Amino acid sequence: MTRTLSAPVTVAFDYTRSTGPVVGRFLTGLRDGVVVGGRTSAGEVVVPPLEFDPVTHEPTTEFVEVGPGGTVTSWVWVPEPVKDQPFDRPFAFALVTLDGATRPFLHALDVSSPDEVSTGMRVRVRFAEERVGAITDIVFEPEIGEPAATTTLQTVDPVTGVIVPVSLDYLYAASPEESAFYRGLNEGRIVGQRCPTCQKVYVPPRSACPSDGTPTAEEVEVSQTGTITTFCIVNVPFLGQKITPPYVSAYVLLDGADIAVLHLILGVDAAEVRMGMRVKAVWKPEAEWTYSLENIDHFEPTGDPDADYDTYRHHL
Amino acid sequence: MAKQPAAVVGVGQTHHRAKRLDVSMAGLCREAIDRALEDAGMTLDEIDAIVVGKAPDLFEGVMMPELFLAEALGAAGKPLLRVHTAGSVGGSTAIVAASLVQAGVHKKVLTVAYEKQSESNAMWALSVPLPFNMPVHAGAGGYFAPHVRSYIRRSDAPTHVGAIVAAKDRNNALKNPYAHLHNEGTTVESVLASQMLWDPIRYDETCPSSDGACALVIVSEDVAAASPNPAWIHGTVMRSEATTAAERDQVNPQASRDAAAALWKQAGITSPIDEIDMAEIYVPFSWFEPMWLESLGFADENGGGWRLTESGGTAMDGVLPVNCSGGVLSSNPIGASGMLRFGEAALQVRGAAGEHQVDGARKALGHAYGGGSQFFAMWVVGSEKPSN
Repeated sequence: MTRTLSAPVTVAFDYTRSTGPVVGRFLTGLRDGVVVGGRTSAGEVVVPPLEFDPVTHEPTTEFVEVGPGGTVTSWVWVPEPVKDQPFDRPFAFALVTLDGATRPFLHALDVSSPDEVSTGMRVRVRFAEERVGAITDIVFEPEIGEPAATTTLQTVDPVTGVIVPVSLDYLYAASPEESAFYRGLNEGRIVGQRCPTCQKVYVPPRSACPSDGTPTAEEVEVSQTGTITTFCIVNVPFLGQKITPPYVSAYVLLDGADIAVLHLILGVDAAEVRMGMRVKAVWKPEAEWTYSLENIDHFEPTGDPDADYDTYRHHL
Repeated sequence: MAKQPAAVVGVGQTHHRAKRLDVSMAGLCREAIDRALEDAGMTLDEIDAIVVGKAPDLFEGVMMPELFLAEALGAAGKPLLRVHTAGSVGGSTAIVAASLVQAGVHKKVLTVAYEKQSESNAMWALSVPLPFNMPVHAGAGGYFAPHVRSYIRRSDAPTHVGAIVAAKDRNNALKNPYAHLHNEGTTVESVLASQMLWDPIRYDETCPSSDGACALVIVSEDVAAASPNPAWIHGTVMRSEATTAAERDQVNPQASRDAAAALWKQAGITSPIDEIDMAEIYVPFSWFEPMWLESLGFADENGGGWRLTESGGTAMDGVLPVNCSGGVLSSNPIGASGMLRFGEAALQVRGAAGEHQVDGARKALGHAYGGGSQFFAMWVVGSEKPSN
């Protein structure tokens, strides 16, 4: 058995980006079928245009149409493209100084072998047929034969924003101490650990006690009954929410533990939930158990009298 | 060697809005920077170093702002630092910038903090479910609401005090042309009538989601001599603590109390309520005004905070005007919100706060906190050069 538990996580969101007038002008050009550079105070023509001049710090206001032809100034071969790269087959990334520009521009070059690319070779911009005003509207191709016809457009509304989907996949690894906690949950037990220095019982246990840095080691099974220290009633829906509002999210101080766990309260009207209310764990059917705090479906009132304020006031 | 005196001579900010679709992040930062430089009577060429801060990375999907912003911030050929301390970042970024001057390393430092909340969703970013755990997290409001409830219980506060804060800050914002919310006619009653979002926090007791930026120019003593109204830095403090620990005080965290004590000592202040003329305190949810008033030592820790608020003591004409700018409750570009507190404090002691100026303000507090009430950044600025 491996020592620690791990599970995959995907964090994904479609971020939006306001382009501002300068980058927006460049992207508008791509959509319309032209490549637009910006002239700096030093007379350089830079593609894509810089938002602010590196010398005068003023916004770029002078735009120049460049290309579509250009010269490769350097390149790198991509033998094994990864997801979301411009091609799903081997290709080159090339720095290309477009005709009329003075600074090279990095983009994908559509060639099938590294033998077909060299520094100094002539290339040209190839526009996609369907264009949206994004950097993916173009690639470079060798300047061989007649270029495919490009439809140029005269659009009215400039590009002001782009959508940038970001998706991060990683493996979430629980610490050895947390793993022991989750294994306990898979057996229907709530197992914390005691800090040898301050004697506090942590649920879940920590690799290092937050107060004194000592690793917690001694396993302590705590009660499945505890006290609501404080809580909130979540009435607000939001993106990615797993539980339908309204619901009570509460800190439950289990008997025998020195720190509260955050969990869901059910079996009682939200308006009836109180600080000090005694609650007990309600487990999912054993067949549904995994290594998770979600094995406890929720906590519900025991019906016992409320805990005295002094028993939990130092946990607020 | 003692710290070198340092002063704020330029403050700039954007008009904060729900969506600034007309500018890029670089353009947003430059609006604030250009205003701060104009205020300081300087150009970017004169700046020695730049310090940038922004919101937590997932909030807008930008991990290394210093990479793509360098030229827009005028940092080509100069030192460029990035600071990151969750919601307190705007404050700690200003403190890092100040320390470069106080240490004698640089004479003219530009600092800027920003966020474009419209490009993402902070609520989502704060609630990403983790494996093995219970998916009960519900954004910043869901995190702080239980601790607000704890405060109300501990201090025996009447439940309308949060609404007093919200109504006060929203009315103060009417005097601040840069504020995001200009909600005319906000009253305690209207706040109490608004929807309960994260019980006990109501809709009108929460901060908005804003796009915005703030920039400061911080300079050495000799450079400040050219300014008609420098805001002298009398003390700066940052403190951190664990997010969770057994018996951790989430209402009045140790790091907050320690930071405040160190700040008052540094600034030579023995009675903050008497010696501080106004405060810009990080209050993203209304109840944090009384909570921080107690933690900062403006009021006793047994409900002195809500009593001060309830008495009108934190209103514009009160004994300690708090958040005359409208505060975080009226403008919340999270990455910039802390620096806005620091900058507004500086504007007050410079006599440059416009309609929301507190008459004769000579010493002011700028305050920020972040994470799960675990990062604290604060400064005291004054109209006079510090004597200590």
